Amino acid sequence: MSDDHVYMSLAEGHDDGDARWAFGTGFEDPLHGISTAVPDAVDRGELAATCLELADDALVTAQRLAEWTTRAPELEEEVALANIGLDFLGQARLLYARCGQVDGSQRGEDAYAYFRDADDFRSVRLAELPNGDFAFSMARLLVFAAWRLAHFEQLATHADPVLAAIAAKGVKEMTYHRQYAAEWVVRLGDGTDKSHRRMQAGLDQVTAHLGELFAAHDARTAVLAVLRQVTEAAGLTLPDVPPTPVGHGREGDHTAHLAPLLAELQSVARAHPEATW
Amino acid sequence: MVTTLTDARRARRIAEQVPDPELPMLTLADLGVLRDVTLAADGTVVAELTPTYSGCPAMAEMRAGVAARLAQAGYEHVEVRTVLDPPWSTDWITAEGRRKLAEHGIAPPGPAPRPSAGPVPLVLSTTRRAVPCPRCGATDTEETSRFGATSCKALWRCRACREPFEYVKEI
Ligand SMILES: [Zn+2]
Repeated sequence: MSDDHVYMSLAEGHDDGDARWAFGTGFEDPLHGISTAVPDAVDRGELAATCLELADDALVTAQRLAEWTTRAPELEEEVALANIGLDFLGQARLLYARCGQVDGSQRGEDAYAYFRDADDFRSVRLAELPNGDFAFSMARLLVFAAWRLAHFEQLATHADPVLAAIAAKGVKEMTYHRQYAAEWVVRLGDGTDKSHRRMQAGLDQVTAHLGELFAAHDARTAVLAVLRQVTEAAGLTLPDVPPTPVGHGREGDHTAHLAPLLAELQSVARAHPEATW
Repeated sequence: MVTTLTDARRARRIAEQVPDPELPMLTLADLGVLRDVTLAADGTVVAELTPTYSGCPAMAEMRAGVAARLAQAGYEHVEVRTVLDPPWSTDWITAEGRRKLAEHGIAPPGPAPRPSAGPVPLVLSTTRRAVPCPRCGATDTEETSRFGATSCKALWRCRACREPFEYVKEI
């Protein structure tokens, strides 16, 4: 036992020793040791649906954020976006694991992330849109973090203790991510003529999707308050929110952008379906 | 049951000394992620760990480290459990942990933001606190990146001594 070497410790924690090192650590359940019980008062179907929706939003967002790696304007921003993506990925893992416990399927996180097709994803359309301009990505992160933060604040008192704990942790993370994005929106909006123009365009593009977000979870008051605060500080114009959703990602009705994103995300897992990670 | 108590205390001490994979100058106890170590009736050591951030990739290594150290110390049955509630806070980094961070040139966190009644307010940068330079103590410092090599750290630089430094941000 050579616990000074992480590799050895990890390999020894795995039934197959190091033969399958590339396929993971053996600690695959992110909810390991947490009670799997579901309180009687909780509707299992609703709980599973909520976990799946929030997990899909997080997974797709994490993938888009990871795509900025090697493409961001500065190394620091790449590191920041990758870190933010990791938090989303961590949330997705916890939520998929909880979903598998309550939806009766006993599926693990990989089954949800890697072995479902676009039609089965319940993520909102805004999450899957290509990264586009950096300004668009920052506007999207701001709106998305503000919306998710408001939802998590509400879920932190959910009757299911596992979802409540995931949400309470997520509140802290979303607060940071919202702030990061807000500062970029202010910097670009209040920057040069060119950065202002591109930031306004990014914001316009994102706000067109607010209808879908509010239909999925009505955090209108909280999100619009944040957007007013940020656009005022940035000298940007907050466009009117279109009353009707542009699409229904929550019903599996996605844009053409989700399938290629998933194809890339899922390619290795599908090539090695027996692997554990 | 004196032996059991002593044994539980010994197991706790061993688990407490496991270094954090990402901040190796700190033990898991210093970082405040080791929530409890108990001995079950059947002799199994149950250690409880909480992740710092949801996406913390070091969680598996922490678990492996705790399991390995305890096994090495002769505990045959070890169970490392995850706890999510309450969520980790930098307020749980011990005084000793803060001292070690500063000694290694990493600025320790200030007090974590208190939960607000009503929606979490958005604070734009002008109102953020100044982080003293862990090298020279100057407060003429600025953030260069909100995120560092790990989720829990930001990158700062000191305008007085001109050195960059890492800072464990409050959460
Ligand atoms: Zn200095």
